[in-house]
Amino acid sequence: MNESNPLLQIKDLKTYFFLDEGTVKAVDGADLELGTCSTLGVVGESGCGKSVAARSIMQIVAKGGRIVSGEILFHHQLCKPGTDRRLSEKEEVIDLAMLDPQGDKIRSIRGAEISMVFQEPMTSLSPVHTIGNQIGEVISLHQKLDPKQAREKAIAMLDHVGMPLPKRTIDRYPHELSGGMRQRAMIAMALSCHPSLLIADEPTTALDVTTEAQILSLMRKLQDELGMSIMFITHNLGVIAQMADRVAVMYLGKVVEAASVDTLFYKPLHPYTQALMESIPRLGAKKRRGERLASIRGSVPDPYNLPKGCPFHPRCAKRVPNVCDREEPPNLKVDQGHEVRCVLYK
Amino acid sequence: MLGYILRRVAIMIPTLFVISIMTFIIIQLPPGDFLTSYAASLRAQGEVIDEDEMEVMRERYGLNQPIYVQYAKWIWGIMTRGDWGQSMSLQVPVKDLIWQRMALSMVLSVVSLIVGWFIAIPLGVYSATHQYSLVDYIVTFISFMGIGTPSFLLGLVVMYVAMNYMGLTVGGLFSSQYIMAPWSWDKVIDLAKHIWIPIAILAFNGTAGGLRTTRANLLDELNKPYVETARSKGLKEGRVIWKYPVRVALNPFFSTVGWELANLIGGATLLSIVLNLQTEGPMLLNALTAQDMYLAGSFLFLLSAITVVGTLVSDILLAWVDPRIRMT
Repeated sequence: MNESNPLLQIKDLKTYFFLDEGTVKAVDGADLELGTCSTLGVVGESGCGKSVAARSIMQIVAKGGRIVSGEILFHHQLCKPGTDRRLSEKEEVIDLAMLDPQGDKIRSIRGAEISMVFQEPMTSLSPVHTIGNQIGEVISLHQKLDPKQAREKAIAMLDHVGMPLPKRTIDRYPHELSGGMRQRAMIAMALSCHPSLLIADEPTTALDVTTEAQILSLMRKLQDELGMSIMFITHNLGVIAQMADRVAVMYLGKVVEAASVDTLFYKPLHPYTQALMESIPRLGAKKRRGERLASIRGSVPDPYNLPKGCPFHPRCAKRVPNVCDREEPPNLKVDQGHEVRCVLYK
Repeated sequence: MLGYILRRVAIMIPTLFVISIMTFIIIQLPPGDFLTSYAASLRAQGEVIDEDEMEVMRERYGLNQPIYVQYAKWIWGIMTRGDWGQSMSLQVPVKDLIWQRMALSMVLSVVSLIVGWFIAIPLGVYSATHQYSLVDYIVTFISFMGIGTPSFLLGLVVMYVAMNYMGLTVGGLFSSQYIMAPWSWDKVIDLAKHIWIPIAILAFNGTAGGLRTTRANLLDELNKPYVETARSKGLKEGRVIWKYPVRVALNPFFSTVGWELANLIGGATLLSIVLNLQTEGPMLLNALTAQDMYLAGSFLFLLSAITVVGTLVSDILLAWVDPRIRMT
């Protein structure tokens, strides 16, 4: 990764859900940074807040949830349409967290500057509208094109993402396409306005491995061609190793460790990251007969009743008594570009 | 698509035949026939009945023939001459009675259905998108009242209020001078002046049901991922809601339009009696109690036919609005 300019800086983001049962601190003080034309992988178990963090960036947090505090600084590259955004000099910094979720400003960014690919390509596309209708809509909305030009652009985009027979597929309904084709259509829709940031929320989880590999290589190819950054959310560490430049590990709404992908895989510091790494099955690894694959004991705590101190301490093998269960660990900068939230590295 | 429709129409023909047989059997089920109930009503008025005269009349109406002969004559008359038989109590051909009544019933039902939808859908959408808000609670409360209040009771209340506080006579579909008059532009205007009251009452009931359906369906759809996708495109919230989840949530309206219409026509009978409307309901009820078999049978048959045709129409509509439904 070249040490490029920052595109997105999230500082101490807190997104809470205020429900009848209590308050869920889905994202509770997360810090993330993403440079231009790079890929940030965000990993964590289900319920760790990675999807909510992504939705906070776009201000599309589900009902009941809202950003309580923190900053989401988006470096909006001001460039003439059609020119390479990487070469643009001027930029405008917008704090997305301050914008009205239904206002004009965030809506002009959504789908145009920042767009998103979702997990389930079957349910993420409207079942009663054609692919062309759904892609054309976002093109005519942000690029002020008439329906005919929008349709041509949509066909070109479908062709770009490797959709077979784009001229025919554009009039198909989602249920007439396979899972991989649907996800290609989703990607075409997300990239049709050339965003500078693509948020991919587990885009390959619902696909089979062969299709997954195709979609991943497609995303990397498009990233090079269009010059965009990707925030890649997954719980699959194998996919992270393949896709990401930097990785942020999330646990219960906090980023517990952030590092470059190589550092994280070869020198994980946080006990949670280490436990995650040990739970990956490895081909050819020498194992004694009957030895079981390591797993993290326990499960994610009740979201209404979070543990005091370090949120990971009840499951942590290296916890320090009377320290971890009392004080919240600070974010420590241990190395160039390597941060960890754990008292062991104080 | 065309082949599908043709096939469905072809299947409708035997269906209607079976229905005509069923209705004929049903109207024959009560003991006796028109003449016995006619004699009973004469006797109640203290008149003496001549048994020979009865026999002559029985002969004339063909009531002494076996039931399948009566049925065959009736259905043959309908198919070849459009002759639905003779109304025994009113002494006129059935075909002169039913069409205007059916037409008025259809106008009343179709207009109240459409008016009901136009109110129910926007209110239901608002109610679902503002779930548990004050407006949602008010709308929900009123809609439960609408479901719970029978239309004839509402009719009585409206009549009472109009009579006592506004000095209006509510009732009927026409002013007295137009009832027997031939159709004219003035008569249509007179109809419009009268028909809005039953329409408002029926629409109030229909709105309530439609509102519950819209709200419940939309609440299911609002959390679907495709809504989030639409939102992530940067569309205005109103467009997100109306183009995507509302579109899917309205499918049940199309799939139920068939029997909804027949329900509405049948359900309006009590209201029609209360408000003295010249529609199908009261006449069918009278025909049934008087055992006026051809009149009653013709109405029952037409109502069933509306249901059959309506089901076909709603199937075609549903296939048209929902591309996931294949016609095979």
